[in-house]
Amino acid sequence: MLLIDCPFCGTRPETEFRCGGEAHIARPADPSALDDGAWAEHLFVRSNPRGLHAERWVHAHGCGRWFNAVRDTFTDRFVETYKAGEQPSHPIDDARA
Amino acid sequence: MRRFSLASLLSEAVGGHQGWGRQWRAPEPKPSYDVVIVGGGGHGLATAYYLATVHGITNVAVVEKGWIGGGNTGRNTTIIRSNYLYDESAHLYEHALKLWEGLSQELNYNVMFSQRGVLMLAHNIHDIQSFKRHVYANRLNGIDNEWLSAEECKAFCPPLNISRDARYPVLGGALQRRAGTARHDAVAWGYARGADARGVDILQNCEVTGVRRDASGAAIGVETTRGFIGAKRVGVVAAGNTSRVMDMAGVRMPLESYPLQALVSEPVKPVFPCVVMSNAVHAYISQSDKGELVIGAGTDQYTSYSQQGGLHITTHTLDAICEIFPQFTRMRMLRSWGGIVDVTPDRSPIIGRTPVQNLFVNCGWGTGGFKATPGSGHVFAHTLATGEPHPINAPFTLDRIRTGRLIDEAAAAAVAH
Amino acid sequence: MAQPFRLPSGGRVDRATPIRFTFDGRTIEGFAGDTVASALLANGVHLVGRSFKYHRPRGILTHGSDEPSALLQVDRGPGKIDPNNRATVVEARNGLATTSLNRWPSLGFDVGAVNDLLSPVFVAGFYYKTFMWPRSFWDKVYEPVIRAAAGLGVAPQVPDADAYANRHAHCDVLVVGGGPAGLAAALAAAKTGKRVILADEQPEFGGSLLHETGASIDGQSAEAWRAAAIEELDGYESVTLLPRTTAFGYYNHNHVALTERVTDHRESPAKGAPRERLWQVRAAEVVLATGAHERPLVFADNDRPGVMLAESVRVFINRYGVAPGRRIVFVTSGASAYAAAADAKAAGLEVVMVDLRPERDCASEAADLRLMGVEVLTGQTVIGTKGRKRVAGLVVAPCANGTVGARRVIACDCVGMSGGWTPAVHLFSQSRGKLAYDEGRDAFLPGVSAQAERSAGAAAGVYDLASCLATGFAAGAEAAGATETRAFAASPTRIGFTPVRDLPTDADPAKVRAFVDFQNDVTAKDLKLAMREGFESIEHVKRYTTTGMATDQGKTSNMNALGIVSKALNRPLPAIGTTTFRPPYTPVTFGALVGPARDALFDPIRATPIHEWAAEHGAAFENVALWRRAWYFAKPGEDMHAAVVRECRAVREGVGLFDASTLGKIEVVGPDAAEFMNRMYVNPWTKLGVGRCRYGLMLKEDGYILDDGVVARMAEDRFHVTTTTGGAPRVMNHMEDYLQTEWPDLDVFLTSTTEQWAVIAVQGPKARDVIAPLVSGIDLSNEAFPHMSVREGAICGAPCRLFRVSFTGDLGYEINVPADYGRAVWEAVFAAGEPYGITPYGTETMHVLRAEKGYIIVGQETDGTVTPDDVGLAGMIAKAKKDFVGKRSLARPDVVASGRKQLVGLATETASLVLDEGAQIVADPNQPIPMKMLGHVTSSYFSANCGRSIALALVADGRALMGRTLHVTTPTGFAPATVCDPVFFDAEGGRIHA
Repeated sequence: MLLIDCPFCGTRPETEFRCGGEAHIARPADPSALDDGAWAEHLFVRSNPRGLHAERWVHAHGCGRWFNAVRDTFTDRFVETYKAGEQPSHPIDDARA
Repeated sequence: MRRFSLASLLSEAVGGHQGWGRQWRAPEPKPSYDVVIVGGGGHGLATAYYLATVHGITNVAVVEKGWIGGGNTGRNTTIIRSNYLYDESAHLYEHALKLWEGLSQELNYNVMFSQRGVLMLAHNIHDIQSFKRHVYANRLNGIDNEWLSAEECKAFCPPLNISRDARYPVLGGALQRRAGTARHDAVAWGYARGADARGVDILQNCEVTGVRRDASGAAIGVETTRGFIGAKRVGVVAAGNTSRVMDMAGVRMPLESYPLQALVSEPVKPVFPCVVMSNAVHAYISQSDKGELVIGAGTDQYTSYSQQGGLHITTHTLDAICEIFPQFTRMRMLRSWGGIVDVTPDRSPIIGRTPVQNLFVNCGWGTGGFKATPGSGHVFAHTLATGEPHPINAPFTLDRIRTGRLIDEAAAAAVAH
Repeated sequence: MAQPFRLPSGGRVDRATPIRFTFDGRTIEGFAGDTVASALLANGVHLVGRSFKYHRPRGILTHGSDEPSALLQVDRGPGKIDPNNRATVVEARNGLATTSLNRWPSLGFDVGAVNDLLSPVFVAGFYYKTFMWPRSFWDKVYEPVIRAAAGLGVAPQVPDADAYANRHAHCDVLVVGGGPAGLAAALAAAKTGKRVILADEQPEFGGSLLHETGASIDGQSAEAWRAAAIEELDGYESVTLLPRTTAFGYYNHNHVALTERVTDHRESPAKGAPRERLWQVRAAEVVLATGAHERPLVFADNDRPGVMLAESVRVFINRYGVAPGRRIVFVTSGASAYAAAADAKAAGLEVVMVDLRPERDCASEAADLRLMGVEVLTGQTVIGTKGRKRVAGLVVAPCANGTVGARRVIACDCVGMSGGWTPAVHLFSQSRGKLAYDEGRDAFLPGVSAQAERSAGAAAGVYDLASCLATGFAAGAEAAGATETRAFAASPTRIGFTPVRDLPTDADPAKVRAFVDFQNDVTAKDLKLAMREGFESIEHVKRYTTTGMATDQGKTSNMNALGIVSKALNRPLPAIGTTTFRPPYTPVTFGALVGPARDALFDPIRATPIHEWAAEHGAAFENVALWRRAWYFAKPGEDMHAAVVRECRAVREGVGLFDASTLGKIEVVGPDAAEFMNRMYVNPWTKLGVGRCRYGLMLKEDGYILDDGVVARMAEDRFHVTTTTGGAPRVMNHMEDYLQTEWPDLDVFLTSTTEQWAVIAVQGPKARDVIAPLVSGIDLSNEAFPHMSVREGAICGAPCRLFRVSFTGDLGYEINVPADYGRAVWEAVFAAGEPYGITPYGTETMHVLRAEKGYIIVGQETDGTVTPDDVGLAGMIAKAKKDFVGKRSLARPDVVASGRKQLVGLATETASLVLDEGAQIVADPNQPIPMKMLGHVTSSYFSANCGRSIALALVADGRALMGRTLHVTTPTGFAPATVCDPVFFDAEGGRIHA
């Protein structure tokens, strides 16, 4: 069970959180402007790296806030957590690692 | 290939078993092959085997970064069934199940396919509706699957607790009698031995580090830790690592890799006659030939390549097991482990062409790939041999995420694979 | 004579407290402090089991949790029987009944031992090569026989009579292992004031100090030092001591799981005390002082009862006061066995020492032992053993440069063997630390850490006592953030060994069976066969031969297997690889892992404020998500069908009362509330007037229906949203996600109010008449309060939000009152309705009534692949909205293509026939299999109000098939049914506006 540092509450066990998948995939301002391929890419294609991965978490059984984290998907170690809307201070990996 | 039989075993017994040769060679890589298969799991080895036996293509290499069968092939709970809802999935898994039924004889390798029956428990009215939908659909597709009352479930699986007072009482179940389990390692070894005997090179400890493409963008081979290996066609069958390999060819995939855990108990005398799955409480259980209770847990919620998950996932699974089988609380967990499962948006596999010429992919089996091994290899071999999908894997395109023609068994039924 | 092999003195057992238990029906006497193994040995019992495959007689190999052979079924009373207990771990006490495993009819005469004769056939992996013909024989003959032969003990048959507990704990320093290194670590950490947990799998702390009776530390006896250390640790408030507690799993982020055995060793445990307790410890820092395991030697017939590990011989003598034999031959390739031999000699036993090393490599310890009058043979190899059910002799021969000399048989009744030591790096490896092979110590040692831990003592390959203490102390201090180190003065320890693999022999190699994995009956020959067949990775060897996969998980066998493979392939040992260590370190009961999470604690039951009333009035309940909902209210003599028919009629003809409290409710509030709703739902919200309601449909981004429910506008900036019962958390999460992460600029607050409101649905033509006398502040007239509107007022004096909505198609109200008023208001409405024959109804009637009207239920008519148009709700979509969640996906090629399944009604030709929900639909029932399926039945009921069965179905292009006869599967065949409009009752819809 991971330990996760909620930027609002501090460090709590994973069971208080829910993971929301890859972060920094902004919903297009006008989805209707995207062709089917670009929309499918937005909806379904993920970088899925073995290495540093920016991902979304929500402190579901806590403050209820969404935030982002950078975690190494090979070691499962968190590098940092930060508030939604902010950018990570660590470069993140693509699927290469 | 030295034939395996009771006679050969007895004759070797006399000579202290000195006469058995390697089940597959350990060759050096050739400069190039007609087909290079990336990934030496069951699916990749089966693909090589059927390329050789069905299509006569024997100039084939299977490239494996570790030891064959070391990924999800050797880490799953070995459940085999074909009672899927949608025609596309049903045909694919039934194709596999029919191959399973003759596989030991076909490979001359006892893969211990045991048709002990898979019983899926219904715990609420929604489950009943869903399972009956499956039972009826399967019937019209010629696939065995039958509805059992709670009492019939108990008769089929005596350890089952069908008390009405349970938190989630058993209201009935769907039983596929032809379904069952197999010896997972033997499947990899059997296919490897069969493929090797026909000329396929199995290259272990050979990790792919790049996919080489020519000026037109077509794949022409793979870079590996044992040097460049040319290929007319490349088939990627890398399960949890598919995103990484495909990324080497510049193809981004609709995949996420999750830890999936399983565990076994200490071995005990026969106590559990079949496979039981319960989706409502998230548990599946069977007993291996060795006597261990084999129990599958769920995936963790985050992507990971660590082959390790949280204890709370396994404890929750055991909560569920002991809810249905309260007598098992005194059993002991002997071993637990994790695999990396690659999951697509609709949790159905992707088998076919990619945007890169001569590069093909077979991935996205999620938590349910083992059961499909022979069928997956068979249709992927067809795809690699002809450049076109077999009718059975034609619906399982990469492009379906664009068109919306998803094959979402889980959404349809909330059924784990 | 009782306990003939109990030594006259010595040991930690309490000779004043005799105990008795049974083994295979025979009474065994021992003393408090004995394990079952030590008590059996005290009585001269060495044969305690039969092996897995060959049914070879097996004895006691070790003294601890690494025991592969001595496994027993233990009966502690009704509901307390379990298999595969290690005799070396189970604490002996009065009342235990133990039995040996895997033998029939008896341990002494075991028919299965015939397998041993067939062992030339039953080699590694033989089953992959045969049992294939004829095909049908696998399921019917071969597999049942194999299964019956396999397995060890018998699984429990009845529910467990014991309970289990869970505890979570945090600490600054967790020390695993209470031997000298662990004690020193705990002392160093405790001195800093940090919170320390010290856990050890043994009943007493001390580890090797419990049997190092001759050792001294800092000028006092090891026992005195041990006692003082424990007393000091016990004195710290900040220290928790956990004996009988095994750390079995090291998970991410220093999450360590331990099991504490609380009552198994007690004759009369405190009432309510759990059998075991699972500790889940989150430690800032961890010290692993888990010790080391001794390696058996691999020689022919090394599995005879009486052959055990050298250190175990020493433990039985020193710690339990038991002689494992009168004449003991030690055979070793290292120095530590000399301490055992010396102690055995000092205990008055006959001792012979056989050293595999040449004289020059063991001259010092050999000389010391010879001084005690012990014969020491050096430069030897072991050819085999004599005896069958108990070792009677060891066959040795001098061996130099691979040349085996003349054999000599040394008569004995016990062999103590030592092939060196393997640090217990299991937890380190589980923590994902990288192991490093140390050639000098022929072992994998902890290398680079992945988590906040460090290893000390034997676990780190440090074997001498003074260094164990010093590394332990330093590790404890470092873990506690201190830098203190200290040296310890301790008596010298005999350390160092020469790695040996399978021992040289002059016997026919085809006949030699030298066991590597004692439980799974894997011999060195099996390993070599696997290599001949191309299995070269240690993982392949392991899986092919099953070595290391027994219940000891290879503690005694892994290094020997690795060494043999390495030697045979002539590759350095690290190139063979080590198998990955996975939890658990030792087997853990499911019960400990499950803890109290059974029945209602498995999943909590949610119940509404009206639940008890329903239970008192005869309701049957169904599970819906976590909720228990009233399903139907059968009167005496009624079955479900009769009750539902009565309830359905009552609502249509008079008035019914329904508990809708489980519906999810979300309050959406803020200046941008309407805009937010516009983005989340397909419907338009801007123009919805205050006091008005609208049916809302919500999609996932992939365009498929996620949820639905009536939404009321309470104010310009306030919506009262309802969701399905099961979907409430999902919808709330979905909304929060978009609000926080996509549109943080919107000024909106979301509050889940599901449990704040009790919802009482009053439905039927008389509904207004029933509630009118109770309601104040609301004009109930049709003109003032039309269908799909909401008013705030009071009912029975309680504040309420009164909805005029209907899921039945009849005049109806849903009374929302604060949950605490729920039951009182319900009872008041029920009383007020009695003159009208008010009838409480359950979910089944609710389902029938809504199906009569063709209203969908999300999750029944929809399944996660259904769009609004599929269920005929495309008209709900606001055409003018540029965007909402899911809109883009509705334009994907296969979503707009023809052939999609559409919601229709089905009328069976036989009016009384109720189709199965889930039944499949075809056009031609006589077509060959596989058939072309057009769709399936989503809902199906007998409708008393329609006088026939009704069904809803999703059918490919169904809306174009009105009037067509299709064929629907039944349990025995097909039934014809006509496609019709999904509205079966009051198609004009007038009743709802009454």
